[in-house]
Amino acid sequence: MSTMVGTLFGAEFAYWQTSGFRLLMAFVAVLLPAGGTVYLYLFKMVSFMQSRLGPMEAGPYGTLQLVAELGKNVQKEDIIPAQADVFVFKAAPYVVLISTFLLVLVVPFGPDAVFADFDTGIFFALAVSSVSVIGILMAGWASASKYSLLGGLRAAGQLIAYELPLVLAVVGVVIQAGTLSVQGIVTSQAEGEIFGWGGVGNPFFLTQLVGFFIFMVAVQAELTQSPFDMPIAESELVAGYMTEYSGFRFLMFFIGEFATANIFAFLAASLFLGGWSLPPFVADALFADGNFSPWMNLVGPAVMGGKMLLLTFVIYWVRFTYPRFREDQLQSFAWKFLIPLALANIAVTGLLKVVF
Amino acid sequence: MMFATAMLSSQTAAVTADVALTGTGEWVANGFFYAMAVVAIVAALRMVTTKNVVHAALYLLVVLSAVAGTYIILGAEFAAATQILVYLGAIMVLLLFGVMLTRAKIGHESELDYQQRWLGALVAAGMLAVMSYSLWEAFGTDKLPVDQTPQRTQEVSDSIFSTYIVPFEALSVLLLAALIGAVVVARRD
Repeated sequence: MSTMVGTLFGAEFAYWQTSGFRLLMAFVAVLLPAGGTVYLYLFKMVSFMQSRLGPMEAGPYGTLQLVAELGKNVQKEDIIPAQADVFVFKAAPYVVLISTFLLVLVVPFGPDAVFADFDTGIFFALAVSSVSVIGILMAGWASASKYSLLGGLRAAGQLIAYELPLVLAVVGVVIQAGTLSVQGIVTSQAEGEIFGWGGVGNPFFLTQLVGFFIFMVAVQAELTQSPFDMPIAESELVAGYMTEYSGFRFLMFFIGEFATANIFAFLAASLFLGGWSLPPFVADALFADGNFSPWMNLVGPAVMGGKMLLLTFVIYWVRFTYPRFREDQLQSFAWKFLIPLALANIAVTGLLKVVF
Repeated sequence: MMFATAMLSSQTAAVTADVALTGTGEWVANGFFYAMAVVAIVAALRMVTTKNVVHAALYLLVVLSAVAGTYIILGAEFAAATQILVYLGAIMVLLLFGVMLTRAKIGHESELDYQQRWLGALVAAGMLAVMSYSLWEAFGTDKLPVDQTPQRTQEVSDSIFSTYIVPFEALSVLLLAALIGAVVVARRD
């Protein structure tokens, strides 16, 4: 048992085996949903919403379009502006991607299928999500372009403003669950009861509807997606901080943006929709131990995937529906509406927690 | 079907259970600590020697990240996450934001140099002496246990809101005063 730290269905695995498997799965958990939702939503769903077909040539229904895009971006020349600060310019996309990969670490996909069961899980996630701003600022400054710099500064101002409602929206959930661990939050939803009835658990979007709304709005802004896409407003700033990037480095920003959208959807699913757990009456009918059966390690990722697809659909739907905010509207929406609402939500949640 | 089943706590438990592994655990922890320390020291030196103000800010960022890494090695997850959220995510972003808005030139700035470097070195040496002395007095040759289990967040919050409640509240009032003071200084209308 000394070197065997993991067991599943009787099979034991050494520390390096579980670690290697986790590393592999982290790449899968970041890249697979990113590719899937980009094809499914960005290429196809949005096309249907706008009464066009979208990609149709590469493969049946354009399913191989992603491969074509990858090939296109990889073979492009990696252009670096003459005036750019070369090292910072090259490093910036990596900083953004590091933030994305650190974010996925805390997402649980099953009772045992966790990358790292941080006791401070959600706090850690919110902390590392703010690291991507540094990458964006680096990109904006090092490009030696006015469009890039303005885009970077707009992004920083926006991300600082919307990080607060994001954190404050989560506090309500943390108070109700009584833990910062994402796994603990999922478990408390799976074991929860509504007035003594535990048939569907107690998904927190029922009690934290206000928090859920604030979280999703703040996520939209954190991702700089429309209607919060001031930093990359193409009619004013070309492409903002990404203006000077081409080829593979542009692809890294692109992956970072869409993978982060999925991981935030994973986090929102864990916080508000019960995460990997099935409604207990379904899970109890399927498995002997209900939601805590080892089989949930296989079913859990699929459940998470479904919830992620649902929330990512909302993100893209909003993205392609609403026009862009003006810069001052964007700031006053965060500071004068979302933050007071989130603070009121915390106060009410804390009061009810003490009363009940 | 190799779903990872081990959690952090069970890993550390396995490490302590086996005597043969204890040496490895210590070696790994020390190795990571020295790696983080070297990164932090080199970045700190580069921070004060570089002539470009944005590069200096980015080197400071590396120092702070390395310190956060050290906290994780010591099992202080909450401190590490706070370090990242507050220093990297907020203070450094604001600093970079300010620097880039005002005086961000790409390339070297020769005027970015402090002439009284010997005075600075003296202050730094004095600080080093005081901190080394106090740390040596407090801990001496004490060794950290190898089987550090990550500190539970509940313990941290319990100690903040019971033992350290007075300093905590005093700091809150101080920060609030600083915030209001900044607003008053900034807008004189």
